[in-house]
Amino acid sequence: MKQYLLSIYQPDGDPPPPEFLDEVMARVGAWDAEVKAAGAWVFSAGLHPASTATVVRSRDGDALMTDGPFTEGKEHLGGFTVITAPDLDAALDWGRKLAEATTLPIEVRPCEGEADG
Amino acid sequence: MPDVEIDRIFRQEYGRAVAVLVRHFGDIGLAEEAVQDAFTEAVRRWPAGGTPPSPAGWIITTARNRAIDRLRKDSAREAKHAQAALLHAREEPAEEGPVRDDRLRLIFTCCHPALATNVQVALTLRLLGGLGTAEIARAFLVPEPTMAQRLVRAKGKIRDARIPYRVPREADLPDRLRAVLAVVYLIFNEGYAAGSGDLLVREDLCAEAIRLGRLLAELMPDEPEVAGLLALMLLIESRRASRTDAEGRLVLLADQDPARWDRALVAEGQELVRRCLRRGRPGPYQIQAAINAVHSEPPTDWRQVLALYDQLLTFSPTPVVALNRAVAVAEVDGPAAALALVDELDLGGYHVFHAVRADLLRRLGRGAEAAQAYEAALTRTENTAERTFLRLRLREIR
Repeated sequence: MKQYLLSIYQPDGDPPPPEFLDEVMARVGAWDAEVKAAGAWVFSAGLHPASTATVVRSRDGDALMTDGPFTEGKEHLGGFTVITAPDLDAALDWGRKLAEATTLPIEVRPCEGEADG
Repeated sequence: MPDVEIDRIFRQEYGRAVAVLVRHFGDIGLAEEAVQDAFTEAVRRWPAGGTPPSPAGWIITTARNRAIDRLRKDSAREAKHAQAALLHAREEPAEEGPVRDDRLRLIFTCCHPALATNVQVALTLRLLGGLGTAEIARAFLVPEPTMAQRLVRAKGKIRDARIPYRVPREADLPDRLRAVLAVVYLIFNEGYAAGSGDLLVREDLCAEAIRLGRLLAELMPDEPEVAGLLALMLLIESRRASRTDAEGRLVLLADQDPARWDRALVAEGQELVRRCLRRGRPGPYQIQAAINAVHSEPPTDWRQVLALYDQLLTFSPTPVVALNRAVAVAEVDGPAAALALVDELDLGGYHVFHAVRADLLRRLGRGAEAAQAYEAALTRTENTAERTFLRLRLREIR
């Protein structure tokens, strides 16, 4: 089995209206449950907005910090889930379902090494 | 025996050998290296000892042994993976039975949607066509290092993201097959009308596309669109000799000499079209093949062509299909009706759009507008043969 990182990318700016967001969260919850039931779930996390991020760099032993996310782009990482899957097709299946649930693009990327089980 | 003969045999058997080895060892890179090793050995042994009775079998057996050797020597390769492969290889005899499925698996892997289209094309040509990196680079007018990197990255992604090596399951097959056919047709089109080069046709790529088409037709006899694509390519290819004149200038279908068409290819294409019609499961490639089959019996029955375009539009409601349909409308209902349809299309960047408009305007006696349209077409194509043709038409109406 291999591990894959599924990353949710959301657009910057104001969050969508609560009615819409509530529906999305409900669908994501159902997706989470489905992944766990299939024994494919490793870890997941929703992230606080990009504005809460701090980037730390090390230069000559000093820690340099910047306020905000690493990439100033039009989208930022909103959350992620690590799953196990036998191959990319299986991982993409989960990714597609998450994309449907969130209405957002999902990056599916393999982790190095083999997973147990 | 000359090296060129060994070259030819290897090129022919490359896809099959690589496909079998990928099934045994699960690693495309290893499979390719092993087949290369077998080639080196063939060059050393065949001239003196003669070509083996079954070159394919010899290549596969030798490549398997070389792959095992490589795995033993290269400790960097995952130990677990290597052990499993060694176990597997020792148990099975060197059979050729499931070879058909292996090549099918390989084509579907090369055309996986996780890979960009240009990557799918390059991989297919390399692994199934046995074309060298330099050849593929030249075919697509890309620097060789770029193409080499493209192939390395693609194989890396197949390995690291674990793109599975299998024929897709039933539910996914229609979409995945469509992608495979699109790649084969892309290769054929690239060979037929080189984008921005001096040659209107590039024979190697067309031959390779047809070869892949035949392979697919053999491996998937129940898929009518596969037969449809093969028929389409055969019928277009049948007119190769008449498509350009002695000076390499473009000759339109209506002006071509049917005596110069390859009758064997025409017959084969027409027979495939007939068989497809009997199946009653039409699709875009089959319909395009049928249109070309009608063209292959001059003078073209334009009413039949128009009816086929009507059907094609229901499958592929695209502006380009509408444009081609309009050309048929001009023959059946006159240029004015066709021009009205063409003017509705949003194809300003496509040189053929302007060339068709120009021709219709010319037939309607609107010379000045026709000239403008020919100029517009000229600025949108770099193909030498097409430009020469357009300039000639422009001169005729001035």
